[in-house]
Amino acid sequence: MAGEAQHPGFLMTTLEKGVNWARTRSMWPATFGLACCAIEMMATGASHHDLSRFGMEVFRASPRQADLMIVAGRVSQKMAPVLRQVYDQMAEPKWVISMGACASTGGMFNNYALVQGVDQIVPVDMYVPGCPPNPQSLMHGILSLQEKVMAGEIRRSTGVL
Amino acid sequence: MAFLEGLAEEQEDGVYLVARADLMGAVTAARDEGYLTFVDITAVDHLRDEPRFVVVINLIARSRGRRLLLRIGVPGDDPTLPSITPVFAGANFYEREVWDLFGIEFTGHPDLTRILLPDDWEGHPLRKDYGVGSVPVQFKGAHKAT
Amino acid sequence: MSDTPHNVEGDLEAPTTEAPDGIDAADVGTGGAARRRVHDLWVAGTEERDWVAAATDEGAQELLPRDLDPAIDIQRGIAVVDDYVEEVTAEEDERQIINMGPQHPSTHGVLRLHLELEGETIRRVKPIIGYLHTGMEKTGETLTYMQGGTNVTRMDYLSPLFNELAYSLAVESLLDVELPPRADAIRVLMTELNRVASHLLWVATQGMDIGALSMMLYGWREREKILQFFETVTGLRMNHNYIRPGGVAADLPDGWEADIEHILSEVPVAVGEYEQLLNENPIFLDRTVGIGVITPDECDAYGVTGPMARASGIDWDLRKAMPYSGIEAYDFDVPLGKHGDVFDRYIVRIAEIRESLRIVTQVLETLPAGDYRTDNRKVTPPPRKRIDESMEALIHHFKLFTEGFKVPAGEAYRAVEGPRGELGVYLVSKGGARPWRIHVRAPSFAAVQALPAMMTDSLVADIIATLASADPVLGDVDR
Repeated sequence: MAGEAQHPGFLMTTLEKGVNWARTRSMWPATFGLACCAIEMMATGASHHDLSRFGMEVFRASPRQADLMIVAGRVSQKMAPVLRQVYDQMAEPKWVISMGACASTGGMFNNYALVQGVDQIVPVDMYVPGCPPNPQSLMHGILSLQEKVMAGEIRRSTGVL
Repeated sequence: MAFLEGLAEEQEDGVYLVARADLMGAVTAARDEGYLTFVDITAVDHLRDEPRFVVVINLIARSRGRRLLLRIGVPGDDPTLPSITPVFAGANFYEREVWDLFGIEFTGHPDLTRILLPDDWEGHPLRKDYGVGSVPVQFKGAHKAT
Repeated sequence: MSDTPHNVEGDLEAPTTEAPDGIDAADVGTGGAARRRVHDLWVAGTEERDWVAAATDEGAQELLPRDLDPAIDIQRGIAVVDDYVEEVTAEEDERQIINMGPQHPSTHGVLRLHLELEGETIRRVKPIIGYLHTGMEKTGETLTYMQGGTNVTRMDYLSPLFNELAYSLAVESLLDVELPPRADAIRVLMTELNRVASHLLWVATQGMDIGALSMMLYGWREREKILQFFETVTGLRMNHNYIRPGGVAADLPDGWEADIEHILSEVPVAVGEYEQLLNENPIFLDRTVGIGVITPDECDAYGVTGPMARASGIDWDLRKAMPYSGIEAYDFDVPLGKHGDVFDRYIVRIAEIRESLRIVTQVLETLPAGDYRTDNRKVTPPPRKRIDESMEALIHHFKLFTEGFKVPAGEAYRAVEGPRGELGVYLVSKGGARPWRIHVRAPSFAAVQALPAMMTDSLVADIIATLASADPVLGDVDR
């Protein structure tokens, strides 16, 4: 990756660890619920499976205020440019979780209408399988993403950190 | 049923075959007879049968608790049908869907544009000569199998 | 991580004023009178900019000027009621066209609305759908009848068991099989619980959209109990593929009575709490009484059925008028409203939760013993342990899961009363193992079509309340 090549043998400083910690502890998802997975995403944010304990109950409708885009559901050909536009409107640093089988690979709908995997349009950081994944699976995906961010494995090459 | 006398031919109980030219008359007669609730319009592509398309209109008469299905044959080389939006305003979206997926044109429809597919889509996917559009699934490491 | 495409070059370059190929240079920077710029950040060197801009322009769905728009009556919501008198209070240039959606927190899915606003008042509404079109009807033609349930269940994803039930009824009517009474009773139990779960989600989202944010948490809390029951019975919380042609996939597990009694003791209490919170709440009443009215004539013309039609006073419920699965044996009422506004729809749906729980209580008391599916081995697979014992069972199992059972040629339309209205399946078979055509009559499609009739001349805040009360599920609308 471009970032690492510039810093061979780079040791993470306390500052970078602190920044990563802050990023993971209040990663705000953008509302991008499309289909059935959106219902399970709402269930994850609701009272029983409380996503708020991870700092994430604030689902920002405006992509400009959001950090994480959880693509929850099937992405049709008509929706694909909208998805890309919303992704572009998010400010760095941003992450994408592809939730469910349809977002990851097109799912059971291998036909003319769906984009076979949202990674054809946006770069994906975490894939959560399931149809739909139950809230525990989604939380596992989110927590794994947080671990990756904490470990510094995902770095957007915008310059500073 | 008597109100469809001369306009339609009964196939089963509540299912009638209507000729294309008699469609407006049959639908108006049904509405006047109490079939006020519009339910559905859909189409079937039989491909090799004659007529190629069969459009099915679904109505309900709440006062009698009865359903009425009208089947209209539409030939493949001239896929047009009069629009029933003057009689049932709800036919609007349903006829647009049939146009979008089958290519059957409804004359007199106020806004016959694509509704489910992007506006610049070519072709009518639910026709039988349009493939399902599946992509071959690429398995990781599959090329090493040979 | 390294496999994911990264637009690394794009991120590092600063935006320039040079337009990528395909975009008219005159439009760059100034905003262009000829082409509407949908966003102001584009990265040089990527052709996808014009793809994104072109695909999010309105194109054929553009809202035309009033005198040029042929569909004006339908978009003004006056196509049905012809004694409407319009007060022209503004000039053409005092109106503004605004786009709402498809990504919007309050549109209940990917629904796009074109609004013509005059200040805060909506003069025209044009719903644009298709952002969730999945080609399910085409996929359904490639799946066998046993697999078909997995496809159909994902259409109206808030009431998956209803989709499966309508599909199974259509297939069974062509197959001409007789179901054991236990199978029918289990189907009624599961679908009525699904109705309760769907309405609980509805009241949660309606509350949230109006501003009663805590309703979201309360409604989901009760829904979880029902979803956990579904998980013990079917294995999944949603999209179960449990109701299949010939019966249901598996019998109810041991201890299901205790689970149902737990649900029956807790959900009505919670619904009572919601009524205490909302029924006389002045803010809720202000936001819902007299809002989003639809008349019975409009319901009939647009094909609106279900709680929306019943809230307008139409006494029509398929469970009473065209009963299915032995539901006529149970004692329940059909709640009706009077005014057809958002508040009446709320009252009707809360009452329907109670009626459905009444049906569940009766099923709990009277569930017959017996088979949970027909024993016609040409249709349903044999029990697993029989496969070890009998060659015939093995062959049946093999044929059913590879080739599938063939359904005699014919056409059938069967409808059930879903939580949103009449959910029907029109099935055409030509005698093969896969349907020739499967069409699902979606109740939300009609509701979305009727939105202009409810929203015209109301305020922007009211359209949120109205849209929530119409309870559209976009998976059903777009299929």
